[in-house]
Amino acid sequence: MEFLTAHGQAILFYLFAAVAVVAACFVVTMRNPMYGAIALLVTFLSLAALFLLRHAEFLAFVQVFVYGGGIMVLFLFVIMLVNVDRLKESRVFVPNAPLAVVVGLLLLGLLAVVFAGMAFVPADAAPPAFVDVEGTAMGNSEAIAWSLYREYLLPFEIVSVFLLVAMIGAVVLGREQ
Amino acid sequence: MLEIGTQHYLVLSAVLFAVGVTGILVRRNMITVLMSIELVFNAANLNLIAFSFQHGNLTGQIFAIFSIAVAAGEAAVGLGILLALFRLRSTTQLDSAQELQG
Repeated sequence: MEFLTAHGQAILFYLFAAVAVVAACFVVTMRNPMYGAIALLVTFLSLAALFLLRHAEFLAFVQVFVYGGGIMVLFLFVIMLVNVDRLKESRVFVPNAPLAVVVGLLLLGLLAVVFAGMAFVPADAAPPAFVDVEGTAMGNSEAIAWSLYREYLLPFEIVSVFLLVAMIGAVVLGREQ
Repeated sequence: MLEIGTQHYLVLSAVLFAVGVTGILVRRNMITVLMSIELVFNAANLNLIAFSFQHGNLTGQIFAIFSIAVAAGEAAVGLGILLALFRLRSTTQLDSAQELQG
């Protein structure tokens, strides 16, 4: 029990990291896209837990709502729409898949060596304290709201226009000819 | 080993990124390719949040919000293209669309 409380962060990190990586491998290898989508959902949710461990509480919930909710429903809807049972694919992978796996492993090795070799000053274990203009302390969501609507107002508006464009594009692409 | 630092998150993100890139390269089914792209987006978001915590400011989290918005738009348009391809070819296999000899 003492071990658990002392190393709770590490245990949770390794647990959710292992779940995320295994589920990601299932996404790539599953023959049926429906199982792949469920594995993708598991990855999204364990990443949300990892965001919580890094004190990004607002983003953890955005991850659950937007990825686990919106994008996942979009995927499941399309998978059901194209009726996977009818698509009996003889080959799941492209002909030169082994080469692609080697490329992926090389990429992983390169990134992992670079990242693992980086030395960081240990960050504070406590979440950074944010204060508003009057000096009152505020939580993560409130701090993000302040930052988003003051410093990043223009990018925020541009993103809303981008989402409108994406929505129109999806409607145009998806309608019957 | 039991002290979780920023580089643990970076290595995890590298693993997810490599799995996603491998999925994009090896699969013939466009649905799975789009799901692998989502994995890559998530790996990038994890990096942003790890660095946001490391530096103790919010810029990384704000950027991750924008990245999530772009990912949502990308998923909508990508699945729209998938439906157009399916209507045209009655399949979601990517190598059925080879007019440009890609």
